[in-house]
Amino acid sequence: MPKIKINNLEIFADPGSTILEAAKEHNINIPTLCYYPDLHINSDCRICSVEIVGQKGLVTACSTPVKDGMDIKVNSPRALNARRTITEMILANHDAHCTTCIRNLNCELQTLADNLGIDATRYENILEPKAIDTSSYSLVRNPNRCIKCGRCIDVCQSVQSVSVLEIIGRGRESVVSPAYGKLIADVFCTYCGQCSSVCPVGAITEKDDTDEVWKALDAHSKHVIVQVAPAIRVSLGEDLGLPLGSIVTGKLISALKMLGFSKVFDTNFTADLTVIEEGHELINRISNKGVLPLITSCCPAWINFAEHEYPELIDNLSTCKSPQQMFGALAKTYYAKRENIDPKDIYVVSIMPCTAKKTEARRPEMSVNNEDPDVDTVLTTRELAKMIKQMGIDFNNLRESNFDKPDEVTSGAGAIFGASGGVMEAALRTVKEVLENKPLKILDFEQVRGTEHIRHADVEINGATYKVAIVNTLGSAREIAEQVKTGNSPYSFIEIMACPGGCVGGGGQPYGTTHAKARERMHSLYQVDRLSKIRKAHDNPAVSNLYTSFLGNPSSSIAHELLHTHYTNKR
Amino acid sequence: MLEMKLVSKRFGLIDPYSIDDFIANKGYQALKKALKADKLDLLDEIENSKLRGRGGAGFPVAIKIMALAKEISQPKYVICNADEGEPGNFKDRYILEKDPHSIIEGMLIAAYMTNAKTGYIYIRGEYSLQIDIMKNAIKQAREKNYLGEAILGTDFSFDLEVRSGAGSYVCGEEFALLESLEGKAGRTRVKPPFPTSRGLFNKPTLINNVETFATLPVIIDIGGKEYAKIGTASSTGTKLISISGNVLKKGVYEVPFGISMRKIINELGGGVENGRKIRMVQLGGECGPIIPEYMLDMVIDFERFEEFESKTGAGALIVIDDRFDFFEILKRISEFFTHESCGKCIPCREGNYHLLKIIDRFVNYCATEKDMNLLENTAMVLHHTSLCGLGQSAPTAIISALHYFRGTFQKRIEASLSQEDRIYAKN
Amino acid sequence: MILAEVLKRFPKKKEYLIEILLEYQKQKETHHFEEHELKEIANYLNIPESRVCSVVGFYTFFSTEPRGKYIFQICRDLPCQLNDNFDLLSSIQMILGIKVGETTQDGLFTLEYTSCLGHCDKSPAIRVNDKIHGSLSLNKLKAIVAECKEKENA
Repeated sequence: MPKIKINNLEIFADPGSTILEAAKEHNINIPTLCYYPDLHINSDCRICSVEIVGQKGLVTACSTPVKDGMDIKVNSPRALNARRTITEMILANHDAHCTTCIRNLNCELQTLADNLGIDATRYENILEPKAIDTSSYSLVRNPNRCIKCGRCIDVCQSVQSVSVLEIIGRGRESVVSPAYGKLIADVFCTYCGQCSSVCPVGAITEKDDTDEVWKALDAHSKHVIVQVAPAIRVSLGEDLGLPLGSIVTGKLISALKMLGFSKVFDTNFTADLTVIEEGHELINRISNKGVLPLITSCCPAWINFAEHEYPELIDNLSTCKSPQQMFGALAKTYYAKRENIDPKDIYVVSIMPCTAKKTEARRPEMSVNNEDPDVDTVLTTRELAKMIKQMGIDFNNLRESNFDKPDEVTSGAGAIFGASGGVMEAALRTVKEVLENKPLKILDFEQVRGTEHIRHADVEINGATYKVAIVNTLGSAREIAEQVKTGNSPYSFIEIMACPGGCVGGGGQPYGTTHAKARERMHSLYQVDRLSKIRKAHDNPAVSNLYTSFLGNPSSSIAHELLHTHYTNKR
Repeated sequence: MLEMKLVSKRFGLIDPYSIDDFIANKGYQALKKALKADKLDLLDEIENSKLRGRGGAGFPVAIKIMALAKEISQPKYVICNADEGEPGNFKDRYILEKDPHSIIEGMLIAAYMTNAKTGYIYIRGEYSLQIDIMKNAIKQAREKNYLGEAILGTDFSFDLEVRSGAGSYVCGEEFALLESLEGKAGRTRVKPPFPTSRGLFNKPTLINNVETFATLPVIIDIGGKEYAKIGTASSTGTKLISISGNVLKKGVYEVPFGISMRKIINELGGGVENGRKIRMVQLGGECGPIIPEYMLDMVIDFERFEEFESKTGAGALIVIDDRFDFFEILKRISEFFTHESCGKCIPCREGNYHLLKIIDRFVNYCATEKDMNLLENTAMVLHHTSLCGLGQSAPTAIISALHYFRGTFQKRIEASLSQEDRIYAKN
Repeated sequence: MILAEVLKRFPKKKEYLIEILLEYQKQKETHHFEEHELKEIANYLNIPESRVCSVVGFYTFFSTEPRGKYIFQICRDLPCQLNDNFDLLSSIQMILGIKVGETTQDGLFTLEYTSCLGHCDKSPAIRVNDKIHGSLSLNKLKAIVAECKEKENA
């Protein structure tokens, strides 16, 4: 084990570890900026430069492996000066109107400058203002705030394999941009929003729709209802000062009520409904020799990806709408009728861990009256946290409330939709029990859980073995899609989620989401499931009630009209 | 005689388009000798020669070759860096256009020692003529089985391709060059790993400069120990020197290490025009230090160059006479680096532009003491923190200027102040 | 020359991107790329268009703006500047009647800057398309331009 010294502290470091890792292991903080735990080390910002006694230049802690006998000074005058000088250079080419930035007090550059005690920059401001890209429903790109750290590009290219973002140009003229300097809406962005999630500053953010919602809440003529996606209850707390993985379902409902929503519903309910519809679709395809593998369609970024990159797979996609859109369609039909409200007066907001959901809600197919969107506005976890702060709500001390009817009853199966593998597990619980026609002994399908980007399992139903796969990240989706495209897929059913870990790691989740954090949130979701009275979607009485009172049977014509959709080749 | 023609011995004597000319002038003799020798003995020869890389950094060549030879996995690559983009350097161009086969021969010897089967010569796009000459040379070498399968009846196979640059100075940096060879923008990579373990397509790769490869046949020919007798203890052998600027006989001259710059400039370069005085000389190119006239007795030697902490060793002398404004010269250099910075790391991308802005204040007589301090601080931070060697050496001219010509800066600051007074007086 | 014909000569390997771009741009009289051409190249090599754009934007040889049939590139680095006795830049601007970055109305000439051409022994030097002309004087410069024009009239 290499013995090294960091700031005069003698430590034994793991062989092969970097200076940064060794320091972290011993609670020594080395400032970083472009470094991000799950991404490649590209060592571009040079902020983590440290001095090694006896060496002329400085080295970056993130990329330099430890060597026996290294004597490292993190804050030698030379290292500190370099760090400050580089930070000043960044600030001289940055729109530093911090107080009016969406990332104010939540910005890595701001924190860095603050920690370094920078109160002025010695450099002339050289920022040449460029146009802000507000072309899409999901994301806003502000190049004036971009520090070209490369995180967004790395996640877009190496994790998602979408490669919409690139460094275009050279030297001082380099910009992060889609091809040909186009707007986001003019290229095939999947809107997964991972770029916004890893951006250290306010250069790529979700399109902020909170004002739309405030406006709707203020309009007396509107009946404003809200649905909350499964993954929100295990992540929102982080943005409001609670520990990682806190389950905040009850407080979340109270907060939404305080914000002024007339009703607060749980998307888990339509997740249960999705299980029934998609489960029957799978059963149908298996028994009628339909197109297999069946691939899930809850994730809008995956759908965007498939429509553009793999239109050959459109027949493999489940025709089920996502739980968000099933809810929207039911809200403006079933719910409107039941409550006797003109659908035009119902305003549906969803709280989603996702930026792609904003664009999904605007798909022309997602409108039951072919005019207004079923879901009017989509907010990300971050936007909801912002509204709660704007309202001055003391979130931590809120009392717990329950969801409104008819979604009061939801199953644990719906809850785990927020985790990669969750849709698969929820569907298996229903499909296996329905086909075998006897109660499941073990509800936990441990073999489909986990965080690896591609997982496989063999599932035995009625003596036959079915192969299934669970995929997260679009890079891995590409691998599996290639298999399907070339006819080499051994699977019957594939779940695909665009974000690492599924929706718990969604692009609309609190800033600083990492694989490790997503895993914690995932554990909390499985806890929600474990604690649920009902753990199978088909056991949910509210869902059965919906079928008897409104939809008829799964895959009925009205179910098809409201709960199913179609896809388009967008290549 | 100052000159000692080892690498340049065939310059002007042979038709570069004719392999027969080359062969008739002892060409490919060293290769034939090498193919009969034990690989370890060959490595010993290189080690004994104490040859250091001729591209500027002066890294011991034997260490790199040995590192590649030790790698067991295939494929392995041998790459010749002919992206000679440093202003004031053109010695590689001379080899490319006057004796192309000497480079092929050197690469073959390196490939034979290391068991590499594929090679590339990355030539800057501006050298169209040289690309043409090199492609022709490769074609002829292939026809005569100096390249290709089972070379000259042995079980050694090696083939070579020319790749063209497309206008980027930084591609001379080895990792940027690899990126460019892979068909990408020339933005450098994080080190480690180094190319000998993970280079082109992440495979073990040896990258050397044109002159380095062209020197290998010389060493095999005369023997490593003989070669080491030439030059100085720390810098063995000969060096091609590019002389440009205000001298009468600009050109490339091959001299043994240890000769003073004054001798080279006066005796080979023909000195400066009558009545003119040398004001300063920039060593190595625009990335090198600017030194005053009184330092010209310094000899060409890696150890001496290392004092400047820059890639000075490529062997260029840009002679600047007393007609030019000191700050205009610095400004030109800063403009070059601002234009050529790849933009990957922040210090180089942002810093070079700030250096230019500050220098501009000196040019325009509006600089202050504060500017000088900021100039110095910025230059040092760039030097210490830039990601690649080129970024680190970009501020060398400024750092050396502040060191050797501090008085000139001071004077300009004083003149700036009085200029300010004049403006105030006018108002 | 159609792009497809150039593409045929290169393997479908992404490392050939720069070679393909160089070869095709050389063939085109306007020495520039249009969006649909870059898209075709990206498809041929099975790489994202953003990557092609990144390469085109990085190397100074490539352009997405139409350029003249003859591209005059002026070296402005130190060795050339030290040997420029007749104000090369102003002279060429005067002779061609355009400023740096511009193209003549007839589409014949474009004037650009270039970094060092590696011909410092023949400074000042310029590059016209693939050819480098060194040891320039005012008369030599005029002759180069005249030769280009003659070729056009022939």
